[in-house]
Amino acid sequence: MSKNPRWIVYLLIFIVLLFIPRILSIHDLMLFEYGITFAIVGLGFNLLLGYTGLLSFGHGAYFAAGAYTVAMIGKYFPQAYSLEILIPAALFFSMVLSIIFGFVCVRHTKIFFSILALSLSMLLFALLFKLYHITGGSDGLRVPLPNLFGMSFKGIRRPEFLSGTYYYFLLGMFTVSFLVMKGIVGSPFGKALQAIRDNEVRAELIGIRVRRYRLYAFVISGMFVGLGGALWTFVNGHVTADLSHWVFSGEIVYMTLLGGFGIFEGPIIGAMIFTYLKLYAMGNTQYWMFVIGGTLIVLVLLLPNGVAGAFSTLWSKIKKSD
Amino acid sequence: MWIIYTLNGLYFAALLFLISLGLNIILGVMGILNLAHGSLYAFGAFIAAWMIITLGTEVPPFILYISLLSGLVGVGIVGFLMEKSLIRFMYKRTLEYQLLLTFGALMLLEDVIKMIWGGQAYYASAPFVLLGKVDIGSHVYPTYFLFVMLIALIAGLFIWFFMSKTKLGIMLRAISLDREMATGLGLDIDRLSTFAFVLGSGLAGLAGALVVPTTPALLGFGHEPLILGFIVVVVGGLGSLKGALVGSLLVGFTRSFGIAVFPEIELPLLFLIAGIILVVKPEGLFGR
Repeated sequence: MSKNPRWIVYLLIFIVLLFIPRILSIHDLMLFEYGITFAIVGLGFNLLLGYTGLLSFGHGAYFAAGAYTVAMIGKYFPQAYSLEILIPAALFFSMVLSIIFGFVCVRHTKIFFSILALSLSMLLFALLFKLYHITGGSDGLRVPLPNLFGMSFKGIRRPEFLSGTYYYFLLGMFTVSFLVMKGIVGSPFGKALQAIRDNEVRAELIGIRVRRYRLYAFVISGMFVGLGGALWTFVNGHVTADLSHWVFSGEIVYMTLLGGFGIFEGPIIGAMIFTYLKLYAMGNTQYWMFVIGGTLIVLVLLLPNGVAGAFSTLWSKIKKSD
Repeated sequence: MWIIYTLNGLYFAALLFLISLGLNIILGVMGILNLAHGSLYAFGAFIAAWMIITLGTEVPPFILYISLLSGLVGVGIVGFLMEKSLIRFMYKRTLEYQLLLTFGALMLLEDVIKMIWGGQAYYASAPFVLLGKVDIGSHVYPTYFLFVMLIALIAGLFIWFFMSKTKLGIMLRAISLDREMATGLGLDIDRLSTFAFVLGSGLAGLAGALVVPTTPALLGFGHEPLILGFIVVVVGGLGSLKGALVGSLLVGFTRSFGIAVFPEIELPLLFLIAGIILVVKPEGLFGR
């Protein structure tokens, strides 16, 4: 492991990340935290898209599952409103939801899979939207600051909370997610998923239970996205039904492609760039959708492997010319 | 009261039929699921509303009804430009890129609508008001809804005739059955694909134009019809005209009776029925 330069780079980046709150202003730090939560989402999403070859246009549903778990516990069981309970609960509920939805979806592949995932996420959207006396409907729910192992953050304002304890909690969760996903991708299970992606028939012939493995991948990816959703709520302070809307799912697909789904680290880079891109587009023009949509089209036409893919192609060209 | 619910169901089904027919033609012939279809529908609504408002109340009524066709023509042109500039590069690309490109097109179109017509709502109820109401049994029902059903019926018959009896239609079906073989037989795939995309877009625009006399055109107008169109396509089967018809009727009636009986869970109920159909028959009712 120590011989591989990749791990040294990871370690260096991790050390830099430890000092980020001292470098960035509170505004930029908040953006960075949005980026980290979406990086976790991207890692999970890419297990399905990049490694299993299934494109879901409905992963907003599991994001919403994680986010609403936090918000609902905060509203109805305030005594349990503590991070060490909230995170497992969010993982649990996003797992349950992705088992139910995944069971229907993985019977299909390609376009059918995409439409089904999309439609099911809209089912959750419709429920969150219509049952407004429970979920707050289009107004959504406010998310107060949580406790952590008995520590209470009452009286602390959100920016202070976000730049202190919470940043390190978030960084810890991201590191764990990164290592777990790295492990999954490199494990025999991960290799089996890639075999299914590359050739379903052959994978089935060598004894891989294709549909079951797809469901596992779906559920794992749903849980990562749910975790990202839960962590995101504390940064954002507010959840709305729109999280389950398919346009939000589309943004998850967008950031994964932006970074490049053929590369493990791609979605992380994509999540960071997307967060900043969206904010600057929204801040500078009322036609931000035009900017984001136009960028997406250019990306699809010119940079199909995403930013990370483009860099890795460039890198291998430089290496060759040496 | 039930007769009114039935008629409402038919009305919803008529609109959905036009939308899902367009989706289905594009999906069948080009193999592309157009996520921007809802935005094309919204585009049609805005064009028609703008036409009706511009014409004012001075013109003879029949011109107002003809002006609804501006949705069909206008969005047909938008579809033509979209296919020529973007979609045509996507035929050989994989699903991810095709979907993401149309997703990007959706964002572009939404903001183009905002640039042209601004953020406010457009009311154009003249065609709806002029037709008045008819007595059906002991109830009154807006005549305009019956007019929409008639238009959808005519459009459906036209498409059916076109697809099964004309040479152009048969060529389109040949492409959707086996693209490679169709190329081998010397069909001009490029031009036929453009044509199919224009036709599908135009149908979406027509549906939008027909809706606008009953509800004001707003930003984000096309999101819900797109999702309902997807459900119709999934339930009816990909690329099947019969499926689009049966699926629209199913979704239309579920909505109409759902709104009447359980207004809160009307939409979830719809998803539940669609889900059950898909678990029992994964390829959809008339899928291949």
